[in-house]
Amino acid sequence: MKYKSQKVAYWFFALSMLLLSLQIIYGFIMGFAHMGYDNLHDFIPFNTARAVHTNLLVVWLLSGFMGAAYYIIPEEAENELVSVKWAYIQLISLAVVGVVAIVGYHFNYWEGRKFLEIPRPLDWLVVANVLLFLGLILFTLYKGKKRTTTSLVLTMGLVFAALLYLPGMIWFDNQTMDSFFRWWVVHLWVEGVWELIMGGILAFLLIKITGVDREVIEKWLYVIVGLTFISGILGTGHHYYYIGAPKYWLIIGGIFSALEPLAFLGMALFAVAMYRKGEKKHPNKIALMWTLGTAIVSFVGAGLLGLAHTLPQVNLWTHGTLVTAMHGHLAFWGAYGMIVFAAISYMMPNMTGRKLYDSGNGLTAFWLSNIGMIGMTTAFAAAGVAQVYMERIMGLEFGDVQNEIQVHFLILVLCATLFTTGVGIFIYEFIRYGQPTDEALEQHP
Amino acid sequence: MLSKSHARTFFLGGTILSFAVFLGLSWHTLSSEVPKQTNEAGLTPEVIRGKHLWESNNCMGCHTIFGEGAYYAPELTKVYERRGDAYIKAALMSPVPWSPRGRKMVAYALPESDANDLVAFFKWVNEVDLNGFPPKPKYKVSQNK
Repeated sequence: MKYKSQKVAYWFFALSMLLLSLQIIYGFIMGFAHMGYDNLHDFIPFNTARAVHTNLLVVWLLSGFMGAAYYIIPEEAENELVSVKWAYIQLISLAVVGVVAIVGYHFNYWEGRKFLEIPRPLDWLVVANVLLFLGLILFTLYKGKKRTTTSLVLTMGLVFAALLYLPGMIWFDNQTMDSFFRWWVVHLWVEGVWELIMGGILAFLLIKITGVDREVIEKWLYVIVGLTFISGILGTGHHYYYIGAPKYWLIIGGIFSALEPLAFLGMALFAVAMYRKGEKKHPNKIALMWTLGTAIVSFVGAGLLGLAHTLPQVNLWTHGTLVTAMHGHLAFWGAYGMIVFAAISYMMPNMTGRKLYDSGNGLTAFWLSNIGMIGMTTAFAAAGVAQVYMERIMGLEFGDVQNEIQVHFLILVLCATLFTTGVGIFIYEFIRYGQPTDEALEQHP
Repeated sequence: MLSKSHARTFFLGGTILSFAVFLGLSWHTLSSEVPKQTNEAGLTPEVIRGKHLWESNNCMGCHTIFGEGAYYAPELTKVYERRGDAYIKAALMSPVPWSPRGRKMVAYALPESDANDLVAFFKWVNEVDLNGFPPKPKYKVSQNK
């Protein structure tokens, strides 16, 4: 760590890990409900568990991104964060908004718009929170000595993510219009600007870990985020096939979303190539594994499994089935969960001065969580494909099909237990690092 | 060899061009096509109240509509055609959890006026032109219950 204010990142990571733990608990509630054990139905019905599960996902990832940005921006800009106090205020307000929203979901205080369940009055608090965050980041960059491509791409991702939240706050009477703009937020986040954030963090980690020249890494960063936007923006069309929008989206969405894996393939090849090219042998192997892991698993989960059902001829049958859950889990984990884990793994030793990365625990956490998640994805795939054939192609009743595929959710829950064990060990290691300290400051050159 | 400034131009140019095309198509879709495909004239106050009830109870947290939502309960785009209004109202007004095949729905016990609004919403949804979704099954298997 080079600047004292980078320590702020720690508390964002801590919040992130806390919310992830809660997300997993609600995931288990849903897994058991799908198996037929909905004993909590009277207190936490499925729609509550579902809204909590997906919203906690968004908030823990955002908290992780914000933590990573608070660490990266001062180091890249070569300047202390403009205000540490306001960064803590922003952290607390983020936690408050998150908690109020999640508690509200247990009392029917929500808007049933997938991923955007936060009621509109609370949306304004989200906006205030994000503006404060962006203000701190932009002001630090403005006052800093350097504006690197890495910091600009990361900041651009964060600014666009904030702007794209706004279309989701407009009220429409027409369900089709509502859905159309909801995807401006959800799709353009996860298959657009969040990839800028991911790319920015990935570039920073690769520069630090592999020691490859910044100019080379940043050049390829531009190419990758360019591919992301060229395929991803018009790729939004794959959400417009069957919601009441015209047929030309079938062609445009089909072609451009078929190109989306290219950006992820680029990311994976880039990370591996930089690792091979690098002459520096950074001792933090765990951070390296998560960094390469995120690039590779995101290609499989977001790229390949997305491609598997993105063409309109296929999507006509799979749209709105568990096949979507298959793709969703490995995509979010690979692209966004793992990049947060990579950032934490790299930054914690630097902030605390403790080099615990040699322990076997770190490796165990990596392999268990990844094998568990791949198992979960496979269980969702089996359930989803069986559902498509029985319900959509053979015309059996939804409820009868669900009863037939319950067994896949037993496998899902077993694999989720492996995943949870891995994540649990990761969090145990996080706690073992303890709090950051100024003693961990590196000498300025 | 590709230089960094070429790469930047590729990124900025590609992004601006893609976004411009996307905005243009979105404008065309929303201004002239969606009103036709969704029969916007049919958005009566009942349908709009029904949409509000659909959202404020997070029905999408279990069901899908237009294939969007969660995968715990049936797709409802064609529920009006499939079940008719009496069945839908019975499910919505039931004081005990509706569970035809074992899986429970929240017992909303809605007043009849709210149930009517939701039925109006489902009727509107049923008639939206969705480019062939949901597809008709290729086979119709007879079920022995």
